[in-house]
Amino acid sequence: MSTAFLAHDVNVADRAAGPLLIPAARGRRIRNLAATAFVTLSFVVAVIPLVWIITEVVVKGAPDVFHPSWWSHSQNGVTERREGGGAFHAITGSVLQTAVCALIAVPLALMVAIFLVEYGRGRLNSAVGFIVDVLTGIPSIVAALFIYALLITTFGFQRQGFAVSLALVLLMIPVVVRTTEEMLKLVPDDLREASLALGVPKWKTTVRIVIPTALPGIITGVMLGIARVIGETAPLLILVGYSKTINNNLFSGFQGSLPGMILNEATNITLKPAEGRVWGAALTLILIVLTLNVVARLIARSTSSRAKK
Amino acid sequence: MPNAATLEFADRPATPAGRGIECGSQRGDRIFAGFAKGSGIAIIALVAMVAAFLIKTATPSLYHDHARFLYSRQWDLTPGNLHFGVAGMFYTTCLIAAFAMLLAVPIAVGIALFLTFWMPRKYAGPLAALIDLLAAVPSIVYGIWGIYVLSPKLQPFAGKLEDALGWCPLFAHTGVSRGTIFTGGVVLGIMILPIITAVSREVFSQVPQPQVEAALGLGATRWEMVRLAVLPFGRSGVVSAAMLGLGRALGETIAITLILSTPPTGAPFKASLFNGGETFASKIANNAQEFDSPAKTGAFIAAGLMLFILTFAVNAVARIIVNSDKGKA
Repeated sequence: MSTAFLAHDVNVADRAAGPLLIPAARGRRIRNLAATAFVTLSFVVAVIPLVWIITEVVVKGAPDVFHPSWWSHSQNGVTERREGGGAFHAITGSVLQTAVCALIAVPLALMVAIFLVEYGRGRLNSAVGFIVDVLTGIPSIVAALFIYALLITTFGFQRQGFAVSLALVLLMIPVVVRTTEEMLKLVPDDLREASLALGVPKWKTTVRIVIPTALPGIITGVMLGIARVIGETAPLLILVGYSKTINNNLFSGFQGSLPGMILNEATNITLKPAEGRVWGAALTLILIVLTLNVVARLIARSTSSRAKK
Repeated sequence: MPNAATLEFADRPATPAGRGIECGSQRGDRIFAGFAKGSGIAIIALVAMVAAFLIKTATPSLYHDHARFLYSRQWDLTPGNLHFGVAGMFYTTCLIAAFAMLLAVPIAVGIALFLTFWMPRKYAGPLAALIDLLAAVPSIVYGIWGIYVLSPKLQPFAGKLEDALGWCPLFAHTGVSRGTIFTGGVVLGIMILPIITAVSREVFSQVPQPQVEAALGLGATRWEMVRLAVLPFGRSGVVSAAMLGLGRALGETIAITLILSTPPTGAPFKASLFNGGETFASKIANNAQEFDSPAKTGAFIAAGLMLFILTFAVNAVARIIVNSDKGKA
């Protein structure tokens, strides 16, 4: 390599201290500098929109969100031109739809992950792995259309909150499967072998030893899954109508949700109160998603450091 | 049956996670294994059902479509006189995704290189978490930010581009000021950044350390090391990362629905980046209220089916590249 003799007159001690100390020819130095500038700039360029979005949402949304009624009242009877009301109807709707989604998705995803790590071999294993990848890439609108075709066109149900939960299940499963899989793989083999050697059947080993060991990681996956689906808007558009009143019934009627509230108020965003509510709902949504993400990461970090020990 | 257990143990392949250590064949084991296997099969059945129900609901409408589905731009759902084609949506979907990729891929690869080879590991972790934060912002928030905050700021810049490059059909004047494919593409580019960065970072971290050290030891500058050791090794990984990003970009719904302005029905075709338009996803989302008759619904589901096939193909290719890479490493 031609680069070798360019540095031939540098003594060995300098070279051991690091590549930067080797005087490179000017052209090479400039190219290196340009590359450094490019990669640093890339990072800076990516951080700008992040900071911009967060400041925008906080500045415009905070006044509404820090008003006590935001967390306790609905928009029932509040017109676009009037201040007041809160996001309680939207928060409860979002939480309910997501909770029911999690109730369905988590056990299924957990069993799929157990299958992939503890039992899966051969063709079925790789087929399931591939299908989980397919689900990862499925657009939310396609998931929603599927539930529409199944529940509403084929079985004649009305649009309802539960349909949204079902569409979200499709989007949540791959996230939970992938994280759980990683966590189950981290469980040391010694634990499984010790348990099996004592004559404990395999299923009991999995339920009593493997899952509890990986539990923090599984919880991390569930939280990331919830964070992924709670802000989904496309299923709301075609599977349930938006309501300004509190509706805790997933099986009948329109239902509020945070993304639904953003869309609804955005039609009047030129009016000051509506604008506040748009950004307020956005801030609430970001706060929920961020909290879930941060907590998930903290749990994940504590587990992975424990697994290393 | 201690004998069987030892046998199984001995010829077990040396995998990192100890799978399939068989220990007797109690009933509980069979039931539990059955549940696990059943869940795996259920997932496969689920995706098969997605395809089956989309096809089943779309077929009757496709059968009554008087336009050529793949080649026509017409979208007229008058009962009894269905004319719908996806060519227009196909163009907008591909153009906006391509533009987003053009912006996002170089930046994402740059960030991944920056975090892997320029930053000390101590800082790389927290900085990577910062980029991951971009993925935590819900897409509807990108949508409202894109149309109400970013779009007015981009407008002067877009205007200058139009003036300078207007001779090229891709940059032609259209009269649409907000809600252009240009704005949508910028937002989409930001949205797919974190996934491309994360996957590229993972690929770069697998570059064999001896190769990196050999390059540096021979006196290569950091950039030369990247060019000689990192990029050749990571190329297929970066391609698959980009494909995963493309899959996201093609399917993104609500941000694009909020941002893109919808041209009036029958508007003449314009290739320009500064036009409005409708992607597969935004067309469906925009017309969610029109799902009132099976024929109309079928037409939208046919468009959804096209989107499903498109994203499926892109993601499958990405995964195949990723998996063949794993074998290599």
